[in-house]
Amino acid sequence: MTQSQQTAPNTLFDKVWDAHVVRSVAGGPDVFFIDRHFIHEVTSPVAFLGLETRGVGVLFPERTFATADHNTPTINQHLPVSDALSANQLDALERNSKKHSISHWGLGHHKNGIVHVVGPENGITQPGMTIVCGDSHTSTHGAFGAIAFGIGTSEVEMVLASQCIMQPKPKKMRITIDGTLQKGVLAKDAILYVIAQISASGATGYFVEYAGEVFENMSMEGRMTVCNMSIEMGARGGMIAPDETTFAYLEGREYSPKGQAWDKALQYWKTLKTDQGAVFDLEYHYHAADIEPQITYGTNPGMGTGISKHIPNASDVLDGGASYAKSLNYMGFAENDQIIGKAVDFVFLGSCTNGRIEDFRAFASIVKGRKKAAHVTAWLVPGSHIVEEQIKAEGILDVLTESGFALRQPGCSACLAMNDDKVPAGKYAVSTSNRNFEGRQGPGARTLLASPLVAAAAAVMGVVTDPRELM
Amino acid sequence: MAYDKFNILTSAAVPLPLENVDTDQIIPARFLKATERKNFGDNLFRDWRYHPDGTPKTDFVLNNPLYTAQTPPRKILVGGRNFGSGSSREHAAWAVYDYGFRCVVSSFFADIFKNNSINVGILPVQVSAGFLDQIFEAIHADPDAALEVSLPDQTITILATGAQEKFDINVYKKDNLTNGYDDIDYLRAMKAEIGAFAERSLY
Ligand code: SF4
Repeated sequence: MTQSQQTAPNTLFDKVWDAHVVRSVAGGPDVFFIDRHFIHEVTSPVAFLGLETRGVGVLFPERTFATADHNTPTINQHLPVSDALSANQLDALERNSKKHSISHWGLGHHKNGIVHVVGPENGITQPGMTIVCGDSHTSTHGAFGAIAFGIGTSEVEMVLASQCIMQPKPKKMRITIDGTLQKGVLAKDAILYVIAQISASGATGYFVEYAGEVFENMSMEGRMTVCNMSIEMGARGGMIAPDETTFAYLEGREYSPKGQAWDKALQYWKTLKTDQGAVFDLEYHYHAADIEPQITYGTNPGMGTGISKHIPNASDVLDGGASYAKSLNYMGFAENDQIIGKAVDFVFLGSCTNGRIEDFRAFASIVKGRKKAAHVTAWLVPGSHIVEEQIKAEGILDVLTESGFALRQPGCSACLAMNDDKVPAGKYAVSTSNRNFEGRQGPGARTLLASPLVAAAAAVMGVVTDPRELM
Repeated sequence: MAYDKFNILTSAAVPLPLENVDTDQIIPARFLKATERKNFGDNLFRDWRYHPDGTPKTDFVLNNPLYTAQTPPRKILVGGRNFGSGSSREHAAWAVYDYGFRCVVSSFFADIFKNNSINVGILPVQVSAGFLDQIFEAIHADPDAALEVSLPDQTITILATGAQEKFDINVYKKDNLTNGYDDIDYLRAMKAEIGAFAERSLY
């Protein structure tokens, strides 16, 4: 490397990526080293079977962490899991973890929870790391300045066998939002707004860096919400440069470095930012003042708009063809409908997007002193036991109970409805999760994605309501 | 898992001219409970393909004998833009492969689906929007219109019209598909190099 190359301005993404290339294959992908690997019960069993067929072991078991979440019940977790297939997957995860000496936080373990909630809250996720998991929302961990992305089961097998995967380097995109988010506008609204601008495929082939005042002023919880949904615009992942907020969050967590190791890590982490003048393949700029609370009206996360708006006409949107009509038809909506006042049957607060303590605080701030609408079924599902404990410790549970809400036990729950938490066909759910695909929350279910504030407003008013009117 | 090597594929196609077909449609989450890779093809596009009681939805393309009555079954699926978006579930690629498809054509693929496809032995062929329209038109004119996909030449041809387009695939992945290899074979051979790298790692 020549001197001039060494000093050329570099992006955060390049710094972390380049530090993990074991070998570049001529004309092909990079052999990319993975620092931390999360596994769960749904996408790992076939990978372990593959290892067995090859007669290969796990190369670095201490770099893999297992947690059960996708398929777990959210009530009566102390009882045996009644669904035989789910129980079988949970057993397989436990068996495989034990056999290969992998740390396993199964159902009932006090650290159990959604993989993308428990990784960060225990300090396993750190700046500058590479992190993968057989789950597309692995992008969540990018909030810490890590390169984190979802992989398929063949790749899970690869990482178990070799701690590496074969990856071509994606292109780089930067999304900057200046200004200060307005009252009632949360991280979820910021990212739903961006996806609505760029579309559900607008960032395919890119890795995104989020920059600007809005993200600098955001909590770690908010940053995780944003990075979580990077995949919903097609991006491989998203990241935010680590700063004092990041370091303060990590200090003292179980797996965070301690003592001298902490000082050394901190020194390195402080270099993890995009240099002045570094070049991105694509840049977008937005202003916080333009963002109001958001909600989706269609069947992909790009079909969203400000809550006070009407459903756009097909001629005014990017994907306005046959798919648009099919989508509105599925939702039972029409062009130009007003969104405020739409019927709501279910409310879901939870998932790796909005199942953290801040989300429960926001929800409680609206429902406090009000009552749950009688016809609404509300599922409030913390992302982990640690979040659950905090909800109780802060007195949030009392507020919720007084307003007629109950708390369930941690897991993915209605985010993908693999367990019993399914929204019935034709019913409307205002959901804080990340996907509104057809049938995602149960066959025929109709999902409106929104922030915890919008979800809370819907839960107490019984129809889609602008939360700013209740603040 | 071993898959059939890919060379030149000539087949009529099954058209699915919808945009943003996500992996929750390709295989709904409730079919992900298996611990083995078996029979995923049966549930490919389950909720578009069957009513809740299990009877086929006659208006869905996989239930249209025009495209599905042939033996051997068609090996090419042609989808709209942004095919395979959403969840990283490789089960979606397994379902496509196990149903019998070896090649999916679209004007745009979601990243993870594309990766997963190649890893399980499906060739994703990305064509221009214009060429995709030509393919749909050819199938519309003649449901039996054949396509030829040549991996060695990286071309796709509409045989009826002779229209042809090149497609991209990286050399390494091409080599894998041609020979039926996978990445793990390659990575296992690098064990010492990876071990040395891990030693130097900060984490
Ligand atoms: S909460 Fe939803 S998106 Fe997150 S890991 Fe679970 S299933 Fe995936």
